Amino acid sequence: MNVGTFEGSNVATFRTLKKDFMATAVIAAEGLGKRYVRGTVEARGMLRDSIMRFARNPVAALRRSKQETFWALKDVSLEVKEGEVLGLIGRNGAGKTTLLKILSRITRPTTGHAEIRGHVRSLLEVGTGFHGELTGRENTYFSGSLLGMKKREIDRKLDEIIAFAEIEKFIDTPVKHYSSGMYVRLAFAVAAHLEPEILLVDEVLAVGDINFQKKCLGKMGDVARAGRTVVLVSHQMNQMRRLCDRVVWVDGGAIRVIGAAHEVVSAYELAMSRGADLRSAESRSRQRAHFVGWEFANQEVEQPHILSTVGPVTLKISAESTEEIDRVTHGIALYNNDRQLIWGTAQYGLSLSPGRNEFSYEFSSLPLRPGPYSWLLSLFEEHEELDMWDAVPEMIVATESFQHPSDEWCGTLNLPARFSLTSPAKATASSNGSGLT
Amino acid sequence: MATTTTPPSSASESLHAAKAAAEALPLATHAPVTVRIEPPRGLLELRLRELWEYRELLYFFVWRDVKVRYKQTVIGVAWVILQPLMTMGVFTIFFGRLAKLPSEGLPYPVFYFAALVPWTYFAQALTNCTTIVVANQHVITKVYFPRLVLPLAAVCSGLLDFVIGFAVMIILTLSFGIHPPATVALLPVFLLLAVATALGVGLWTSALNALYRDVASIVPFIVQFWMLASPVAYPSSLVPERWRWLYGLNPMAGVIDGFRWALTGVGKPPGAQMAASAVAVIALVIAGLIFFQRVEGTVADRV
Repeated sequence: MNVGTFEGSNVATFRTLKKDFMATAVIAAEGLGKRYVRGTVEARGMLRDSIMRFARNPVAALRRSKQETFWALKDVSLEVKEGEVLGLIGRNGAGKTTLLKILSRITRPTTGHAEIRGHVRSLLEVGTGFHGELTGRENTYFSGSLLGMKKREIDRKLDEIIAFAEIEKFIDTPVKHYSSGMYVRLAFAVAAHLEPEILLVDEVLAVGDINFQKKCLGKMGDVARAGRTVVLVSHQMNQMRRLCDRVVWVDGGAIRVIGAAHEVVSAYELAMSRGADLRSAESRSRQRAHFVGWEFANQEVEQPHILSTVGPVTLKISAESTEEIDRVTHGIALYNNDRQLIWGTAQYGLSLSPGRNEFSYEFSSLPLRPGPYSWLLSLFEEHEELDMWDAVPEMIVATESFQHPSDEWCGTLNLPARFSLTSPAKATASSNGSGLT
Repeated sequence: MATTTTPPSSASESLHAAKAAAEALPLATHAPVTVRIEPPRGLLELRLRELWEYRELLYFFVWRDVKVRYKQTVIGVAWVILQPLMTMGVFTIFFGRLAKLPSEGLPYPVFYFAALVPWTYFAQALTNCTTIVVANQHVITKVYFPRLVLPLAAVCSGLLDFVIGFAVMIILTLSFGIHPPATVALLPVFLLLAVATALGVGLWTSALNALYRDVASIVPFIVQFWMLASPVAYPSSLVPERWRWLYGLNPMAGVIDGFRWALTGVGKPPGAQMAASAVAVIALVIAGLIFFQRVEGTVADRV
């Protein structure tokens, strides 16, 4: 827990705004911890093994279970407000799923407690309780009931579910004869028609074809808009950006960062792409000079981390220095979301003064394809590193697109170009897109 | 719907209220609840209210089990009748005609069938119950519901078979010219004892099976021995008087004797012995609940 809470958000502002007035916490967890006995998963309890273990060494056999334990989750406290969409991210084995399983009551915590106000439904996989011998209709009833729907509710929604899954003709066929696509569609249709107050979802959206995924995401968006609370685990970071208000970065069984979705996601992505952990804020601030922030100046829109114009723009970077430092080298690099280097440069022989120093870059244009980008900023004194900063928050390019409508023909640059056609017969010109102003 | 509303004062208000209720329907079908999640504590937290809320799921588990069972067999429901009928035939030939075991004056088919109907139910329920937690491990690790639903579903899903067998038993009894006396009304009491016995033992075996998979292979033997220790193939009058008290501890002995007596009026009415075994069964169920709950807490982590 080295990095603090990020304050304020930019992209997510419009989403959080509508929820500001709804302040009731529907999930309140305090000090949740979960201890597992190592090896219980593999050692699928055979009586023989236990007897043998006991026969070989009775004392050790009895003590054994106390020794080989590990904490999958340690002292996790968090609150989720009504109507909020909270994302959980983190490496595999970080404890996201354990946390979700505790909140959905599948497993009980070893320490701590949580209170949940409202009906909870959890979706840890698609097609829970499906049985190959049963027909689509029968599975809809069983799976629906297992996920917490009342029979009356299923009666009412059955036609809608069947239509959503697009399997009208096969609803009375045993699902063992279904194609995997049909199976997943039906399973998801059942899940998508849950109407809980609180929904806990684990990585289930990564199934089915793209179009169906979009349909499900749309349906989930409806759920979020209907004021329901959602806790979501996913490895698809763009999905997290799009769906979540806040994101929790779980690391080593504990909360590492909690804050506005795109900020936490960006911080996480950067840490992952560098294969290293983010340097803690404290260790950076102990340096003689370090970066403290960046923003775009002279923009019309008051969102200093979002690029909204293809025209001239000024990038301002601030760095704190504790003393006079000469012969400073400052480097800057711009990366896109795939961690491709877009641009980089360096300035040599700078002098920093105690206090806040401001670096300024004036671009006549930053014609970048819309999307998230990140700045990597460095400060060296001769060859000694003073600071290396994956600037947070990341930069969002949200300019008008002058690119091909189809994704595969979009490049890295979003060059504003003016098009004209001169025909020999009549000289007409048509313009496509506006140029620089 | 479980919501309580004060009567609206005017017609337009009532219309408005109805509309609001309809809009709120998906959420309002559940009363607002607060769930507290904490580490397991105490000897036994029954949460009967929650179990009641999940009664529909219990029904669906039973429904699914019955559907799948009949779909997977070629002759389906006929199997339910054929199995005890064939066993009855074998018993009648070998134990009856060849070994000439006494039948308290009852025709052999009636004597055996009256025992086989409750026994088949019990054996099936116990076997089902033993494996049900492990068989549903996939579901257990993915969704929450009171785990007690599983053993309850296991002992309930055999009841349909029992009803079919029971109907055959009545027909058979009548066809041998025996008219069941009024005591036949007491049959549900004996059935309840059989259900409770299956549940009491099944709670233990299902939880143990989640810990040690060997249990599922041991239970068929237990069932076999248990049948020999119950008056299925012979009358309990065959047991020497001085061992009767021990024999009476077996609740299934009381159930089977009770079935024969209630159906035909032959034999002794159930007495103090059966009351004692009923108390023993209640104790077994309570102990089973405690043990099941102990294991239940860790079952999602283990299976």
